[in-house]
Amino acid sequence: MAELDSDILLRVSDLTTAFDTDAGQLTAVDGVSFDVRRGRTLGIVGESGCGKSVTAMSIMRLLPQPMGKILDGEVLFDGRNLATIPAEDMRSIRGNRISMIFQEPMTALNPVHRIGKQICEGLTQHNELSPDEAWQKAVEMLEKVGIPSPEIRATEYPHQLSGGMRQRVVIAIALACGPELVIADEPTTALDVTIQAQILQLINNLQRDLGMSVMLITHDLGVIAETCDEVCVMYAGRVVERAPVREIFANPRHAYTQGLLNSIPRLDGIPKTELNIIDGMVPALSELKPGCRFASRSGREHEPELLVERQPLNEITPGHWVEACPVCTRG
Amino acid sequence: MNNGTPILSTDELRMHFPVKGGVFQRAVAACKAVDGVSLTIEPGETLGLVGESGCGKSTLGKTIARLYEPTSGGIAFEGNELAGLSRRQLKPFRREIQMIFQDPYESLNPRHTVGAIVEEPFVIHKMGSRSERRQWVAELLAKVGLPESAAQRYPFEFSGGQRQRIGIARAIALKPRLLICDEPVSALDVSIQSQVLNLLMELQREMGLSYLFISHDLAVVKHISDRIAVMYLGRIVELAPAEEIYNNPVHAYTKALISAIPVPDPTHVPDRVILEGDVPTPIDPPDGCRFAPRSGAEHAPEMLTTLAPFKEISPGHWVEACPVCTGR
Repeated sequence: MAELDSDILLRVSDLTTAFDTDAGQLTAVDGVSFDVRRGRTLGIVGESGCGKSVTAMSIMRLLPQPMGKILDGEVLFDGRNLATIPAEDMRSIRGNRISMIFQEPMTALNPVHRIGKQICEGLTQHNELSPDEAWQKAVEMLEKVGIPSPEIRATEYPHQLSGGMRQRVVIAIALACGPELVIADEPTTALDVTIQAQILQLINNLQRDLGMSVMLITHDLGVIAETCDEVCVMYAGRVVERAPVREIFANPRHAYTQGLLNSIPRLDGIPKTELNIIDGMVPALSELKPGCRFASRSGREHEPELLVERQPLNEITPGHWVEACPVCTRG
Repeated sequence: MNNGTPILSTDELRMHFPVKGGVFQRAVAACKAVDGVSLTIEPGETLGLVGESGCGKSTLGKTIARLYEPTSGGIAFEGNELAGLSRRQLKPFRREIQMIFQDPYESLNPRHTVGAIVEEPFVIHKMGSRSERRQWVAELLAKVGLPESAAQRYPFEFSGGQRQRIGIARAIALKPRLLICDEPVSALDVSIQSQVLNLLMELQREMGLSYLFISHDLAVVKHISDRIAVMYLGRIVELAPAEEIYNNPVHAYTKALISAIPVPDPTHVPDRVILEGDVPTPIDPPDGCRFAPRSGAEHAPEMLTTLAPFKEISPGHWVEACPVCTGR
């Protein structure tokens, strides 16, 4: 096992995750590689079904059982491969050193338990704390995520809080044990734009204060531009491009990244003009080809061998990696 | 703008829902989802309606489509009053105003073929023979970019974007004049979203449709709208041409809303007004300035009890003239 650069907290290499279904084994994540740097934010962007959430679930070892399994690849964290360590060891890492913020705060919280108790659960699981100490810490966490009168709120149930407040509680649970890595899966998608601004600011401030790394999964390129240091663009189970955030917005090289950036309506765009589109739609998992998966939507002619042969992810300038389909990266 | 009759105008429209409580389930309070909205939509125009969850924008859309009986106020379609009409009296107007819903998974009957779904408006309005209707369905499917074979298939066989196209085909079947689009692209992926927006703009040009376009995504609304109305807690706080409202927002809420949009440009430094708290409940809201508790600015007591007038501050730019929230 290769020693990691001390700057890198998590290295995912060639991760491949598949699900057993009635239609046979479907590969949702197909050889995905990226690094999360210490104290930095990595954004993972892509459309529904591109494998971004399954990547997160694979890292957390939370794949639905028995259908989902990691077929190949490594998830290196602190010198250990999370893909293969015993479930018992994983349990001491999950929620403690790596934790997760989910999209839907209503379903991520248990409706029949008090908020304080839900925060205590992780705390007592991973630390030697008395119930009183844990409760104290839970109230402290609520205060840290900006919930007014935390002592009272801790005794309330999730339905008594608004959507934005619930998401703050979910964040408090994720951060309670002081994790080194937080995986946030669409943390603001269910929220209004003014509440989204509050939550993103909160995550940013907490990251600065606590020095954790964040892996932010989203489909919103605006959120990516504002919060991330590096970006991974995923398409149909693969990373097609990976680069520092300014580089990817200024100099997108893959046709899919370009299409995605061009198709969003912009505030400074000319109103009522035709928007650029990406033709067609994401192919079904069962129809994926081994070669370039964007070929059918790229509007560019691909030679037959490009559809059957997988192209490597090449580093074209320092830190900027792109799947080297010669057609999709042309021009 | 247009000196003729607007396609639609509302006058102090109110839609209150009773909040029931107690042993006898009596109305104990009123949820004032729409509370005095006056606006107009001109022929061929898109009026964007933005606001946060719970501000009443969907209720306003549904009330205009007369899916609800308004509590008070008027809805005029080309000058004809719709409020208070019976089901039968409304029927001719139902053809003129149609809706597109947010969730294309929930708004199509899963047991009907796509052909039957798109044909249904013709059946309800007793139009055409069976073979004529088939012909029309085929034409509609082609118009929204679906293959003819789609008619024999069921909604579950289609992706989100295609289902939204089916919903659009059904909505335009009777050649309506006004379409109420309630978050039509919110459930769709970015690359699909722009396909559907292009289709809506193309249909508008071709058929001269007017749109009330409801969305929480301000970049989308800005792109598709001629004018934009900003709604907060049941009322319109600002209304202006699209460019004007983005370049020159006057109300503190509009400013905060616009500044909260993440800009897809990493070199952009956001100058953000972060609002405190959430949208308060529309149950018994204050009579005066409703934004006061979130504005972070001191309001004199009379501003909370007396409603500031909706004033035209420059041609076509209207704002609820709370002196604190508008700084005027």
